[in-house]
Amino acid sequence: MFKMMVNVFKNLFSKPATRMYPFVKREPFADSRGHIEGCDIDKCIFCGICQRKCPADAIIVNKAEKSWEIDQFRCVICNACVDTCPKKCIISSPTHKTSQYTKNTLKIVQAEKPTEGAGQDA
Amino acid sequence: MSSTIIPFGPQHPVLPEPLHIKLVMEDEKIIEAIPAIGYVHRGLEKLTETKDFTQNVFIVERVCGICSVMHAMAYCQGIEELMNIEIPDRAKFLRVIWAELHRIHSHLLWLGLLADAFGFESLFMQVWRDREKVMDIMEETAGARVVISANAIGGTRRDLSKEQMIKINLTIDEIKQDLEQVEAVFLNNYTVKHRLVGRGILTKADAIELCTVGPMARASGISMDLRTTGYSAYGQLDFEPVLHNDGDNFARTYVRLKEVYQSIDLIKQAIAKIPEGEHVVPVKGNPPKGEVISRVEQPRGEVLYYLRANGTKNLERLRLRTPTFANIPSLMKMLPGSQLADVPLLILTIDPCISCTER
Repeated sequence: MFKMMVNVFKNLFSKPATRMYPFVKREPFADSRGHIEGCDIDKCIFCGICQRKCPADAIIVNKAEKSWEIDQFRCVICNACVDTCPKKCIISSPTHKTSQYTKNTLKIVQAEKPTEGAGQDA
Repeated sequence: MSSTIIPFGPQHPVLPEPLHIKLVMEDEKIIEAIPAIGYVHRGLEKLTETKDFTQNVFIVERVCGICSVMHAMAYCQGIEELMNIEIPDRAKFLRVIWAELHRIHSHLLWLGLLADAFGFESLFMQVWRDREKVMDIMEETAGARVVISANAIGGTRRDLSKEQMIKINLTIDEIKQDLEQVEAVFLNNYTVKHRLVGRGILTKADAIELCTVGPMARASGISMDLRTTGYSAYGQLDFEPVLHNDGDNFARTYVRLKEVYQSIDLIKQAIAKIPEGEHVVPVKGNPPKGEVISRVEQPRGEVLYYLRANGTKNLERLRLRTPTFANIPSLMKMLPGSQLADVPLLILTIDPCISCTER
């Protein structure tokens, strides 16, 4: 019982263990998996590996349309796509996504390039 | 005397998950208990047949949040045995470190829930405050708090740096110190003992007959800990299963409390012995035709994975038996003869994980 009393007094004079959340926020850890923010579409080669590796079927890659689409509400944030992307163009953010009013997917389309530049993989 | 049937659950303050038990009562005494599960069936076993074998790691982790590392570990060990992959030694130690961290946070959660169930709210908060430190380590080292996705076929997805290991060492020291202060309340307090000692006795003979697993079995005096078989890096670490002979609520509390210290010790040993090197080996091809059984000790007991591959990227069958499923018959043995007021505690002491059970 005495050991617990030490604890009681310590708790009485120490700061609370919790934070006043909406006002005080903890910085997310650097390598934390918060959410998939999007895709650096200019680097993307539309190989579709992320789509095949996604366990939740959240990613749709369209080569003809040159688009990359993610349903962030299906996504389980395992970062399998980030690990397997050959061009490392999928951006993972350590912060969590806040709640939303509408359930839209995030679609990113590569802009048409005026000239046939180098670096365009077939 | 005529009997009354009282439904317990599926929604009950002591249960975070839906478990339904029909209690046949005579006055305040239970004479029979009839369980009903099936409220959170998600069809995950079937889902694994449609996904490829590398994606399944993420699916089996979601069978149960709180033992996610061990689920992925059991699955990966099975596939590695099937494909004849020898994983690096460092990966084995990393798996042990994360698995034992998971065991600590699971047992601390349970101790907190126990304190809450017998109405000791401040003890509940004390224990959960320490649990939060483990969760922070998880997020820092593996990227998420609960479903940490640290395992991959062929090793682990991330490595631990020297600084991270030092930090883990310091944090578990803090947890040990804090826990030593509250330990006496769980084990010696008069009121707490009143709720625990002599309640819900499961004898050794019953435990053997009903195939009880995990801390439940160890609290009934059966020296059964799958870690002693030496899978992963456990063969290179030194430990003895925690045992108690009484088989009552108090014994189960004692075993889980002492297992937290054991896990802390195991992590320290693993960090001291971890070799340098790669943490993952590349995996080529599909699992060949064949079947394998993989077993791992979870916080709640032994989990059994049966995998059957047919040479394609999909598995033909994945069957898993979780520890709670194995322990429900023991619970049904414990309930008859006890008082209605003890039922929440009795159900809690098997550490039920219903989502696990129903998959």
